[in-house]
Amino acid sequence: MEPAVQPTVRDAVHPAVALVDVVAVLGSFPALAGASLTVQRGEIVLLRGPNGAGKTSLLRLCAGLLPVERGAATVLGCDLVADRTSVRNRVGLLGHANGLYADLTVADNVRFWGATVRATDHEIDASLQRMGLANRLADVPVGRLSAGQRRRTALACLVARRAELWLLDEPHAGLDAAGRDELDATLRGAAAAGATVIVASHELERAGALASRVVEVVGGQVRELER
Amino acid sequence: MTGFMTSPRNSPGTVAVLDRAPTSTTFSRVLGIATLVGIGWLVVFGLFLSPNDRVQKTGVRIMYIHVPSAWLAYLAFGVTGVSSLAYLWKRTRSLAWDRLAGASAEVGVLFMGITLVSGSLWGRISWGTYWTWDARLTTTAFLFVTYIGYLAVRDLGGTHQQRAKRSAVLAVLAMLEVPLVHFSVTWWRPLHQNETVENGKLSGLMLFTLFVGLIAFTLLYVWLVLHRQRVLTLLDQVDDRGLDVAIAERRNESVPS
Amino acid sequence: MSTWRIARLVAAKDLRVEWRSRVVVNQVLPFAALVMVMFAFALDNTQLLTRVAPGLVWLATMFSLVVMVQRSFAVETADGALDALQVAGVRPGGIFLGKALALGAQLAVLQLVLLGAAIVLYRTELVAGGIVLLVTTYLAATTGLAFVGTLYGGLAAGAKGRETLLPLLMLPVVAPVLIGATRATEAALGTEGATPSDGWPWIGLLALFALVFGVGGTLAFGSLIDE
Repeated sequence: MEPAVQPTVRDAVHPAVALVDVVAVLGSFPALAGASLTVQRGEIVLLRGPNGAGKTSLLRLCAGLLPVERGAATVLGCDLVADRTSVRNRVGLLGHANGLYADLTVADNVRFWGATVRATDHEIDASLQRMGLANRLADVPVGRLSAGQRRRTALACLVARRAELWLLDEPHAGLDAAGRDELDATLRGAAAAGATVIVASHELERAGALASRVVEVVGGQVRELER
Repeated sequence: MTGFMTSPRNSPGTVAVLDRAPTSTTFSRVLGIATLVGIGWLVVFGLFLSPNDRVQKTGVRIMYIHVPSAWLAYLAFGVTGVSSLAYLWKRTRSLAWDRLAGASAEVGVLFMGITLVSGSLWGRISWGTYWTWDARLTTTAFLFVTYIGYLAVRDLGGTHQQRAKRSAVLAVLAMLEVPLVHFSVTWWRPLHQNETVENGKLSGLMLFTLFVGLIAFTLLYVWLVLHRQRVLTLLDQVDDRGLDVAIAERRNESVPS
Repeated sequence: MSTWRIARLVAAKDLRVEWRSRVVVNQVLPFAALVMVMFAFALDNTQLLTRVAPGLVWLATMFSLVVMVQRSFAVETADGALDALQVAGVRPGGIFLGKALALGAQLAVLQLVLLGAAIVLYRTELVAGGIVLLVTTYLAATTGLAFVGTLYGGLAAGAKGRETLLPLLMLPVVAPVLIGATRATEAALGTEGATPSDGWPWIGLLALFALVFGVGGTLAFGSLIDE
């Protein structure tokens, strides 16, 4: 079960993410203060940096949730300045929140999010399997799960969504050793199948081994780091 | 206090925006003087020259405040609606329309409040009651509450464009809602209170005073909205300048200390 | 996915959340019944209660609507699901229709309970000749309320102070429904000698209301929930 991604002509021309001098504000605070970043398709990029540096805002901006205040931004060839909603459905975001319905079971949640991309039952089962949830956990309401199990569920929903660009905010947080291994294998598999992955993480050892490139986010800006 | 003094948000550059850009122009000064003259006339005619009503005696003079402020409030909400549409229409999309809508709604709510208070007092004098559930009064009260809600939504925050879009949609919904409210209360209370002063019974001087009031209040509206809209523009500019400073400050975080 | 498919998906999800959590059944319905009892305490006159029963039923509906709308969107915002829906590219018009559908279904149950309470507590009696009008009134009014509730619930969902903002925005808007549905219900029940023919013009108003906010909401929902 790998994400099915069919690159189009447009994708061959455009990088997955191209940000030039992007400013984005939260209220009146410039979360991003002139961030520039280019990510090619199929890359796995690690964002590192201190708390409050702008990693989360960068990911939310790429998902089309945060408006571009100044600068230029295209994601998967979609111009976010002109219409930030255009990129939606092609990206998957795992933010701080899991985006789960606490009263629904694990399987219900994955089925719901899978249904937004018309995932088949087989794909839903495979997503659950992938994150080690195809067991008695599948029928437990998400509200009764531990934080790590919820994170796994959110990842399973993301897998079922088959996005072209995966944006993950601290995906390792709360996961046990087995969960981290499953996550890493999932992300490698996604990249191998042509998807692009951007991970913000403080787990530098683990995520660094995974990533093809590491960039540092500081003060709302992005800096390339030597490998 | 030292924090305030040294904070870059309050740097001279920010304040200078306000210093260089007063909200008055020659036109608005002339308009302001004309408004003052109009209000002076209204005071002279309304309080001294116009005659007492046969029934209401001197109480009729409330009309010269009440009717013009009601007119002004409806005009203001109309302007809010039209400029919100102008913002939503892509070809005329500009934050200037949004600020005009906001300024107009603020003035409208203020004068709708004056309308309700002066109307209650007038009602007490002429009908013996502060409030009556007739259709026009009820619709007016609903408009008042609706636009208070609109102003609350304008204050929710976010970027200027988000504020503009959200409030413009709300203003258009309010425009759709007003006729529905009006129909429902009209059917609900089909019998209007007969107006105590019917148009035909107004003496020439009373009618003239009323027109003076309408003209003076219209000038007042234009003057208020003009200034309020310029103040809102400056506030947005201060936000933008503040953003420049904040961006510079944020970039400095990345310089290793 | 078509707007209608999304609407069905979202509505099924909302009803499933209610089925598993029973919040409306266990909390909102008792609240509504309590309001009906409180009215009786306040008015303290059986004849008067019978006379004003239609108005009280609809007033209790309005209060319960505020609570139900808040619940409906608390489900979406508790764990960032509304953001996730947007990233998933789910059409806002579909979210709007789906949530309105689920809200309408729950409102219908609520109204049956309230009508039952009026029959038991306020000595309201159904009239055979008015049943068609009564059912039509409930359908038209419920549709309108579901649309308005979803529309303003979505607007308030992301806002600070949403609990207090929602009633301020929504209650003035639903006033025509309160007036129209009350008059039509009076006509259907024959309160104070009214006949069903007095009620039908109000159905027109209720239907127009539902139409305006149904179309307006489907078009505007996207700009209202987009933060």
